[in-house]
Amino acid sequence: MTAPQGVETLDREHLVWMLTQMLRIREFEERVKRTFEDHPGVIRGHTHLADGAEASIVGSIANLGPDDQFFTTYRCHGYPIARGTDPNAMMAEIYGRRDGLCKGLGGSMHLTDVANGFLGTSGIVGAGIPHATGAAWGAQIRGTGQVVLCFFGDGASKQGAFFESLNIASLWKLPIVYVMENNGYNVHTRTEQEDANRAAGEDLSVKAKAFSMPGVTIDGRDPLEVYETVRGAVARARAGDGPTLVESQMYRLSAHGNIIAPPGVPLHFPEHEAIEKFGAPEEYEAAKQGDPVPAFRGRLVADGVLTGEEADAIAAEVREEMQAAVDFGLASPFPEVETALDHVYA
Amino acid sequence: MAHELPYIAAIVEAIQLEMERDESVLYFGQNMATTENEPFVDAFGKDRVRVTPISETAEIGIAVGAALAGFRPVVELYMAEFMLVAMDQVMNEAPRFRAMTGGQVKVPIVLKAGYGFTAGWAGQHTGTLTGLFMGVPGLKVAVPSTAADAKGLMATAIRDDNPVVYLHHYLLTLEHGEVPDGEHLVPFGEAAVRREGSDVTLVGTGWTVDRALGAAEKLAAEGIQAEVIDPRTIAPLDTQTILESVEKTGHLVLVDQATRHASVSTVIAGEVAEHGFDSLQAPIVQVTGLDATIPYSEPLEAYVLPDEDKVVAAVRGVLGTAPVIA
Repeated sequence: MTAPQGVETLDREHLVWMLTQMLRIREFEERVKRTFEDHPGVIRGHTHLADGAEASIVGSIANLGPDDQFFTTYRCHGYPIARGTDPNAMMAEIYGRRDGLCKGLGGSMHLTDVANGFLGTSGIVGAGIPHATGAAWGAQIRGTGQVVLCFFGDGASKQGAFFESLNIASLWKLPIVYVMENNGYNVHTRTEQEDANRAAGEDLSVKAKAFSMPGVTIDGRDPLEVYETVRGAVARARAGDGPTLVESQMYRLSAHGNIIAPPGVPLHFPEHEAIEKFGAPEEYEAAKQGDPVPAFRGRLVADGVLTGEEADAIAAEVREEMQAAVDFGLASPFPEVETALDHVYA
Repeated sequence: MAHELPYIAAIVEAIQLEMERDESVLYFGQNMATTENEPFVDAFGKDRVRVTPISETAEIGIAVGAALAGFRPVVELYMAEFMLVAMDQVMNEAPRFRAMTGGQVKVPIVLKAGYGFTAGWAGQHTGTLTGLFMGVPGLKVAVPSTAADAKGLMATAIRDDNPVVYLHHYLLTLEHGEVPDGEHLVPFGEAAVRREGSDVTLVGTGWTVDRALGAAEKLAAEGIQAEVIDPRTIAPLDTQTILESVEKTGHLVLVDQATRHASVSTVIAGEVAEHGFDSLQAPIVQVTGLDATIPYSEPLEAYVLPDEDKVVAAVRGVLGTAPVIA
């Protein structure tokens, strides 16, 4: 695996692009979160935010070529933003509106943008891992050098679907990179309470050993380390040498999702599980100190890649863009009710 | 004596009482028992109460194995769809062993799962999967609609020597009701008549029981008396109570949140058509969910689900007071 090379290996345009995408993801999700208070009832069901994962998302997606594909978990807002999906259509989907990415049929948990290589999102933990593996088989058959990125959480790596898929991918040398985002919690459960490797003091990337594929654990809060690691894994996959498992460590900065409640109870995001469940606010505060978004901004400014004023200007543009997404989503009408039956069959 | 509880708390009370009564009862699943101060951990210890990883095949398979070895596991599945990850264990392991071994073993497990969360949970967390499970010989299926039944059916499920899929309706989670104190058992296979009436029989399960009762109130204002039946368990299914009601009313309207061909309604319709044909004065009408994946958007979700107005219209249709529309 290529060692992280640091800022100097990437040009200014690329680095600013990375920061911009991280800011866009954070701002989009802040708007989603705020919608629960500003516009109660507009977002329904269950919504999951990726704050804390921005560096890992952007550092990974940055390696995709135009024909490459990716699959994610239901915590799925960040990837399409970095990939170039229209945030207006994403917000309209999360609001259940006609102009939504999935015509209001899927909502937050099932974002899909085929034109950008985002082939579908399952709400079932681990279910996307075989889907991505199947797409990688397709890429192998086509033989045009396509690669698939498969994002999933630490929790999903205890599903049979994970073990079965990684075995096949390694056996068939499929062009896929498995990016396991270890954010420390599966819903309300800490990793060491449900993962044998973690409980034994090992990294989760040791699971790769069982499939005879490379496994590496990295700091997922550093977009450049993620970029370099995934770059090497993508190159390996494209060369026909098979899959890699990357454990990208981070900390989820919001609770697992908004509260689960029947209609009539206002939905909101509770405090993070470290505070609400485990009585460990110091753990959460320490994680906040490692927030990858301000950290990367500070690093680029300190390294002279851009000035503080330039970074502020990007942030201001991003705020405007995501306010427009909220406005667009709210203005979009509901779909005609009969469209509920439009896509039962192809 | 009785006390008032939300539906979900009544279920918890039943599990707690059964665990106190029988130390072979185990309770485990995802995202529970992660801290020392949780009541079940505190009361029963970590041998009997455990958090699992997200591993449904193992969770349910482990329950089957522990049951074969003499325990009575209750698996906390949260969402009915999560059982689908472990279809083999639910439908082709747990219910088969008793028969395949010539009665040598039993598999007393309870698979506790919420269902029907049609509140914006979109396509993969909202299913009413009753029809899928009720047709598997060897599985029992409970679908409580009240807090009292939620408690009583859970207690019965835990004491039953067979695998039971216990489906609690997510939209009823916080509905309050009077719950009997102490030991409370509701027998399987005995329907409850929720409202008596002479003109038409309505049958609903879970959340649609209240939809049927609401429709019955509206119909009463028009002088139509509807009888409302809640089967409470759908395997075993109390067809006798339904047949007796239809004999009295001559009309049957079935209300079900499930898609039509995977619904309890379709099974009941078949039984009544075969065994109660002479009682019927009009065709049976089913008011079910439309055959669609549940959409996220609110008006679309409402469009595919049964509601009181659809039930009222169906009743008017079968009674000949309006054209049949369902």
